[in-house]
Amino acid sequence: MSEPKRKTLKRKGAGGRAVHDVGGLEFGPIDREEHDLALWEKRTDAMLGLLRDNKRRVLSVDSHRRTIEDYGQQEYDRTTYYEKWIRAVRNLLVEQGVLTREEIEARMAEIRARHEKAGRKASKEKIPW
Amino acid sequence: MVRARVKAGNDAPPARRFSPGDPVRVADREAVGHCRTPWYLRGKAGVVAAIQGRFRNPEMLAYHKPGLPALTLYKVRFRQNQLWDRYAGPACDQLEVDIFEHWLEPPK
Repeated sequence: MSEPKRKTLKRKGAGGRAVHDVGGLEFGPIDREEHDLALWEKRTDAMLGLLRDNKRRVLSVDSHRRTIEDYGQQEYDRTTYYEKWIRAVRNLLVEQGVLTREEIEARMAEIRARHEKAGRKASKEKIPW
Repeated sequence: MVRARVKAGNDAPPARRFSPGDPVRVADREAVGHCRTPWYLRGKAGVVAAIQGRFRNPEMLAYHKPGLPALTLYKVRFRQNQLWDRYAGPACDQLEVDIFEHWLEPPK
């Protein structure tokens, strides 16, 4: 399973472009290799589908996009596709008052502790809000 | 781009500003907030290829607003060699992009 390469590039001559709107800028050759999806990435996809369905309507494609586009340039370039997705889902749940930031962080700490207790490696990495 | 079409209301839809075959120009302005008109098309000339329907405004939906009144979405056709300075492909190459009415103007 190969990891997509991440790099940060200045939006040279970008003027008023939004951070995601890079069409036509020089970013070098496109990495066309297929990447396998991890289980959490598939779950992220499923979660977004559930949160935006007609029953829940917690978020829309448009608000999800907007949250991703609001990321700073460095974070935008550094994070992978589904890292952007899960961050946006998390932030929208807080923005919409479904969960609080404290609830999410407490649950993350709880899960980390459970993994460590079971001798599994738990990532210390945090996705910035 | 898949999105639900707006259900027909009691009021007749407002007249469309453009029709298929009309030359148009993409507004050359900066966006505030969420925007679906790519930067590389701002100020570029194209031709209306089709009417895609009327849809709620994604620039408002992105902030949990209703996005009404719905806007006409056009399929606009551009010549690739008019979009890119050093376009190396055939002169007949075209690009079709969905653009909402408030981003289109009559050609200068």
